[in-house]
Amino acid sequence: MMKRVSAFLIFALLGALLAACGAPTPTAPTTAPATPTTAPAAPTTAPAAPTTPPAAGMTGVIKIATQSPLSGPQAALGVGIRNGAELGLEQLGKTLTGMGFTVELAPFDDQAKPEVGSANAKNIVSDNDILCLVGHLNSGVALASLPDYQAASLVMVSPANTNPKITESGYPNAFRIVGRDDVQGAVGEEFARTELKINSVYIIHDKTDYGQGVAEFFRQNAEKNGIKVLGFEGTEEQSVFDSILTPIQAANPDLIYFGGIYSQAAPMFKQARDRGIKAAFLGPDGLDSPELLKVAGDAVKGMYYTSVAAPVSQFPDAAKFAEDYQAKYKEAAPPFSAQAYDAMGVCIRAIASAAEAAKGKPTRAQVLEAMKKLGAYKGITGTYEFNAKGDPVKSAYFVLQVSSEAGDPAEVWNKNAVVKRLEIAAP
Amino acid sequence: MAVEATTGSELLVTRRSFRSFMSEVFGPLLQVFLFVVGSAVVLGGLVILLAAALRGTREDIDLLQGTITILPQVIIDGMVRGFLYATIALGYTMVYGVLEFINFAHGEIFMVGAFTGAFFSAALASSGMLTTLSPILFVIAAVLLGMAVSGFLAMSVERVAYRPLRNAPRLVPLISAIGVSLVLQDVMRIIAVNTGLGFNAQFRTPDLGQPLILAQMPIADGRTIPVSIDSRSMIFIVVAILMLIGLNYLVNITKLGTAIRAVAQDRPTASLMGIDVNRVIAITFLIGGALGGAAGILFGMRVGTINPYVGFLPGLKAFTAAVLGGIGNITGAMVGGIVLGFLEAFVASYLSLFTRGQFSGASYADIVAFSILILILIFRPSGLLGEVVTQKV
Repeated sequence: MMKRVSAFLIFALLGALLAACGAPTPTAPTTAPATPTTAPAAPTTAPAAPTTPPAAGMTGVIKIATQSPLSGPQAALGVGIRNGAELGLEQLGKTLTGMGFTVELAPFDDQAKPEVGSANAKNIVSDNDILCLVGHLNSGVALASLPDYQAASLVMVSPANTNPKITESGYPNAFRIVGRDDVQGAVGEEFARTELKINSVYIIHDKTDYGQGVAEFFRQNAEKNGIKVLGFEGTEEQSVFDSILTPIQAANPDLIYFGGIYSQAAPMFKQARDRGIKAAFLGPDGLDSPELLKVAGDAVKGMYYTSVAAPVSQFPDAAKFAEDYQAKYKEAAPPFSAQAYDAMGVCIRAIASAAEAAKGKPTRAQVLEAMKKLGAYKGITGTYEFNAKGDPVKSAYFVLQVSSEAGDPAEVWNKNAVVKRLEIAAP
Repeated sequence: MAVEATTGSELLVTRRSFRSFMSEVFGPLLQVFLFVVGSAVVLGGLVILLAAALRGTREDIDLLQGTITILPQVIIDGMVRGFLYATIALGYTMVYGVLEFINFAHGEIFMVGAFTGAFFSAALASSGMLTTLSPILFVIAAVLLGMAVSGFLAMSVERVAYRPLRNAPRLVPLISAIGVSLVLQDVMRIIAVNTGLGFNAQFRTPDLGQPLILAQMPIADGRTIPVSIDSRSMIFIVVAILMLIGLNYLVNITKLGTAIRAVAQDRPTASLMGIDVNRVIAITFLIGGALGGAAGILFGMRVGTINPYVGFLPGLKAFTAAVLGGIGNITGAMVGGIVLGFLEAFVASYLSLFTRGQFSGASYADIVAFSILILILIFRPSGLLGEVVTQKV
């Protein structure tokens, strides 16, 4: 027996050694994107290619990556980001193809998990053709991936990340075209206090950078302004919310604020109503998905949520985008898809101006330089100009109300009314 | 020899007196009931004592009254949670009893059961029968379907992934089980996403009625809050109890049960006595899987939304419950589940009340519950009912 085991061990060791020796040989990189629907088949350039751009002129492949959850509970929003960016590259990529470059999209699936995002980031930076990145959906995932992007000077333009830490942590390469949670939490709190006229609140969050962050800002403002905070709980529970709801029922708050994503909020709101809890619900932009209505049904009809991204119908310039999206992907454009389109537009503009300055295919560092001097970019969801931190100088915040109409949730969701629209400068 | 053994056991069956029949089938139920009452009394008493001791430390609310007000609801939550863990734990403990092997894919068998129910309800909904069907008929049909699918799945998993490794070192089938668990999760994900059910699949049911309000607890400002148990949770508990009775009958009274116990005690000898060991093991998986599938259906019915990863955490907790109760022991699995469910519900509901919101109950429930669990296992290493090995399956 022992002999067999040790023989096996030796064999395993030999195998490991062989594998280790084999690694540096130029085999095709196995770092293919997770969903290869629109992905290029194995990159053609060798991984060890020098970073210097070809001085010959405007030729070569330029790739723009996306990272968002394409599978898992948050795929509804993540796929929207991928599709929005894809549409953006198709329609706006002419600037680059006109110069002589070939453009490609490299979509990656971060599964809404920080560790997956960070692993993907390593793959992304090892492909030297990727000059810009559109992503992520989840702030926690973006924060896990940013160190890798920074080390490679890769520009990240986020269509959805609202946690202040994204731009406050000193990453020179982090940009976003949406507002911030410190402001969003304050907007929600002000709305709850002045419009819903609540006196007490029970706050639940999902323990992620995003959810806990925005809930924390809501709490700070509520305490400052005299709203009674009856509880502040974090949970990773996905399905049975009994032991969270029992104390809420006893505390009897006027409002339940949930900092997190719709996949968790929907069953919780539903179970709360089933138990006879009558408190109003409020939450941040993580709730902005038709899935919330699909799962929670009547429980969420008429509830309010704050967002940094209004439905596509709210942007007059995005009408054509909504049509094109419907035509190409056979579904209504989900939240953040139009923002992804604009993030892609920002990327393309920065790469194009870097290419002009470099008179050839730019490096990532040159794209980053161009990004800093970009000026105002007029997209379909607004005009964006970045401050030194990477925040838009001014961003829009919305308070929306879930429509009470009957019908297919995906369609009803686009009828959600904007109750309030605010333009607030980044702090 | 084989013939003699068979007739011997048949004689035993016919001679069994009514009293011993009752005690073998319903005795474990009494034990479970005692543990439900015991856990409720002990934990309830503990929190009330703690509240009385800490009463002076908070001025804003009356801690003692707050504690007592939610106590009945917490007990009910704990019981429902406990029965969930208990029904899943039965599958772990059955398989462990026979093979001394932890079937880590059992959580996924449970998840597949839940999805079977979701498919069933979606099919009924699309044919318009969901609202017209009688709720009881729906529950029975869904549970039976879930049991069939999960049972056969568990049996095929055993045939494909465990039987070829039966004589391998003990870690090998364990790894195989973890692999099966990952495969099942992602296969179900592919199926769910591509059939229109969606990743977050809805489990629709006919109208099962409003929650049953058991009492109204008065609270400080003249309000009352209801103590309620919803109809789905009641169905869960009733079916779980029926399953325990059925399982006890099967294992303690029938010939098949005798064969299962024989294989559990000594596999080579049982085989020499003419018992088809492979068949008995397959049937054990079938039964364990069917129980898991039924639990999955009831779980899905209760929570309304399921996803392919929904089996992982309950599976892990149920495994813990099985160990806590004394793995290999059927009643122990039920008891372990109940105790774990109560611990979690109490910690989750009371921790933040007692720590002035410093520690959020929901997020620290697992830490506290598992610390207590470790303590119990230090003093009773073989689990709560671990010493009663006679009933080992």
